[in-house]
Amino acid sequence: MLSQRNPQLNKNGELIHLLSIEGLPRAVITQILDTAGTFLSVNERDVKKVPLLRGKSVFNLFFENSTRTRTTFEIAAKRLSADVINLDIARSSTAKGESLLDTIANLSAMHADMFVVRHSESGAPYLIAEHCAPHVHVVNAGDGRHAHPTQGLLDMYTIRHYKGDFTQLTVAIVGDIVNSRVARSDIHALTTLGVPEVRAVGPKTLVPGDLAGMGVRVCHDMAEGVRDADVIIMLRLQNERMSGAVLPSAGEYFKRFGLTADKLALAKPDAIVMHPGPINRGVEIDSAVADGHSSVILPQVTFGIAVRMAVMSTIAGNVA
Amino acid sequence: MKLLIRNGHLVDPASGLDTVGDLAIAGDRIVALGPVSRDFEPERTFDATGLVVAPGLVDLNARLREPGYEHEGMLESELAAAAAGGVTSLVCPPDTDPPLDEPGLVEMLKFRARKLSRCRVFPLGALTRGLAGEALTEMAELTESGCVAFSQADSSVVNTLTLQRALQYAATFGFAVWLRPQDPWLGHGVAANGAVATRLGLSGVPVAAETIALFTIFELMRVTGARVHLQRLSSAAGVELVRRAKAEGLPVTADVSINSLHLTDVDIGYFNPALRLSPPVRQQRDREALQAALADGTIDALVSDHTPVGADEKTLPFAEATPGATGLELLLGLALRWGEQCGLSLPDTLARITCEPVRVLGSAIGTLAASGGRLVQGGVADVCVFDPHERWRVDAGALASQGKHTPFAFATSGVELAGRVRATLVAGGMAYEHLG
Amino acid sequence: MITSLTLDAEALFVALRDGVRRLCADRPGASLVGIWSGGAWLAARLQTDLGLPGEAGVITSMLHRDDFAERGLAADGGTTRLPFEIAGRHIVLIDDVLYTGRTIRAVVNELYDFGRPASVALAVLVDRGGRELPIEAAFAAARVTLAPDQRLSLAKDANGRFSFAVQEAA
Repeated sequence: MLSQRNPQLNKNGELIHLLSIEGLPRAVITQILDTAGTFLSVNERDVKKVPLLRGKSVFNLFFENSTRTRTTFEIAAKRLSADVINLDIARSSTAKGESLLDTIANLSAMHADMFVVRHSESGAPYLIAEHCAPHVHVVNAGDGRHAHPTQGLLDMYTIRHYKGDFTQLTVAIVGDIVNSRVARSDIHALTTLGVPEVRAVGPKTLVPGDLAGMGVRVCHDMAEGVRDADVIIMLRLQNERMSGAVLPSAGEYFKRFGLTADKLALAKPDAIVMHPGPINRGVEIDSAVADGHSSVILPQVTFGIAVRMAVMSTIAGNVA
Repeated sequence: MKLLIRNGHLVDPASGLDTVGDLAIAGDRIVALGPVSRDFEPERTFDATGLVVAPGLVDLNARLREPGYEHEGMLESELAAAAAGGVTSLVCPPDTDPPLDEPGLVEMLKFRARKLSRCRVFPLGALTRGLAGEALTEMAELTESGCVAFSQADSSVVNTLTLQRALQYAATFGFAVWLRPQDPWLGHGVAANGAVATRLGLSGVPVAAETIALFTIFELMRVTGARVHLQRLSSAAGVELVRRAKAEGLPVTADVSINSLHLTDVDIGYFNPALRLSPPVRQQRDREALQAALADGTIDALVSDHTPVGADEKTLPFAEATPGATGLELLLGLALRWGEQCGLSLPDTLARITCEPVRVLGSAIGTLAASGGRLVQGGVADVCVFDPHERWRVDAGALASQGKHTPFAFATSGVELAGRVRATLVAGGMAYEHLG
Repeated sequence: MITSLTLDAEALFVALRDGVRRLCADRPGASLVGIWSGGAWLAARLQTDLGLPGEAGVITSMLHRDDFAERGLAADGGTTRLPFEIAGRHIVLIDDVLYTGRTIRAVVNELYDFGRPASVALAVLVDRGGRELPIEAAFAAARVTLAPDQRLSLAKDANGRFSFAVQEAA
């Protein structure tokens, strides 16, 4: 009964905000990955700066703390020659009772060109994109449990870098999927890019059966989940989950669903191991595996800067 | 005043009256309907050619936000909204600020409403003090000041022993208890459990939250003999349990909101906060079951669930937005839309918002029970005159209510409604008039 | 009116080759850098035809263009690959069509991100005039005049043969 245009795309189908991977045409995703390749080479030069966002102001609005994600966005924006302002919202006016939209209006009055937003509630970046001035672009740096699209894109870049063709792969995502925005973004990206088998692996409290509706195969057994996989994406287990009501203990979780060398041996011999970070050693992943030859966790970070440069320069170049 | 409503399509669902004719009103009573004697000399004649003349609508759930928001003139605006929607009697829940757990508060509310002469207000009293779910309220005293039944509004009584005692106490006096079937522990989500909530990363309310609460309520009804009205069913499974309880002979009635009747979780779209509702709207199967149940009488009444929410509380990330939508001015149009979709006759459609709600209220509304929700000679002149063919769009700015948020706003939904109120009479007085 | 038949790209290439040979003779250790995409094709064939060691470089103007705000990032802008040190080296830029000069300005900026060259010279297949910046080619195989709404671009077929296409701009 209700209809709305996808707020991420302008009327020509070009990307003006990055809010979620869901609903993005495959061509747009591929375009961003291709552009990221160019920026990766830029990041290997001595002069790592290009002038694409010169004179633009990028405001990092982090309603939820994350130094590492904020830092990668800051580096990416600065390499595009943008001015970067970091706003620690928890301690600022919002704590004094200023509404979210008043905060946005005030920042727009300071001539912001782009907001990079992280918020603890699903959907917050959509609200901001709907209410900010038409020339302002919004990048979702993670909203509640809904989406973390730049992480999804950098995960895809990583897979493409090491594996090439998406259409022949088996990818296993392991961990607290029901509460993970990274998992949702990865699943949408993998299915859009044509990965034939995406598995969601974990205990029933973290991987309920109705996740199958997103196009994944649900596995409650780790061995079955990683068998013959080309890519294993391990998710961070949050401390709150181990309070006892959802999972009994970190130890039991690690025994059953942690990635150890012998579980990894069930995957394809050239399988790659990924993790969005920060890793909980000995909880979801064994130290030796995290540091081992199958792990591409550190390259993910490098790719992350290039992907974010690609995202920001793509949307900044399109008019609403 | 003597008023003649001429040449309208008279519809009285309770008696089956469905004919073109005249309606004569003197003072606060209907003195004649159908053929009207030539001796009747009206002071005013209202030409109702092409319009439907029906009993005034009876809405079993509309929030007026008073006490609590008097400074914003809410009672005035919301009762004006009721009149604009053709509603002549409404029931308001006790979750005001402070809650309606003291006779003085109830009397004040009734007094203020009576003075405005726009719509009859029937308050529900709080079942427990402060709606805290612990101590019982003085139900007999509250009934004397005008409460028609007792309710916990949207809070659940966590303690089953307390709930049982409350039902027992109410049953002592024959008072009805109106309850939202929602388990307090499973009901914390912001959207209905399902593919949409999973995709959007929103916490879900499982159907079990409703069915578990229904099992509990029915069991306590068997034990205490209390009469219960179930508010705002939302699921096919819930409907089935109510059907069986009625077949068993339990003294239970039920209602459904205009939102659950017409919307599904897919309508949340890109986190539209107008869809932040309690109960959350569920899936296609549930909508179909609710529509069929309202048609076959398993659900007795359709309510607007009118809840005015300010812009500050709605333009927030979905989970933080206050649940609720405006509804008084949409009740008629959405009832007619449902009736048409289900292939019901006009009288059968209107029954769910006129005589059936009055039957649910029963003797609690006193003498009004005899003719409320009905067009009958000698009965109260609570009338709604409407144009069943006029199409209109819901424009937030044009609503009389201060609640501007609705999932049916044309700007976001593209929905057009048919059925425009032309006149609303309460006790024979013109509470609202809209010149076409 | 210039049409594709009037401009014989293969014939012009022969002239370009001789011109670039002369430029390189005056610049010891010079390296060819082709501008994406047409210039890169030309530079690759020139590298072979002139018997130069190693590979020609490829450079894109994409990251330094002055029309980013209006047109955004190009869909297929190419990636810069320079398999040699730029600092202290003589660079000969190769492009298919020289027009406003803005692409050259962006390319020189990109080049400078890698180091300070000893010199930069430009050799093109066609100079169509219409300069908007003070930039000139040291060698052009042909000079033509086109209407502003006409677009001139180099094409390469499956066998590697070059040809010119003239289109009305949209």
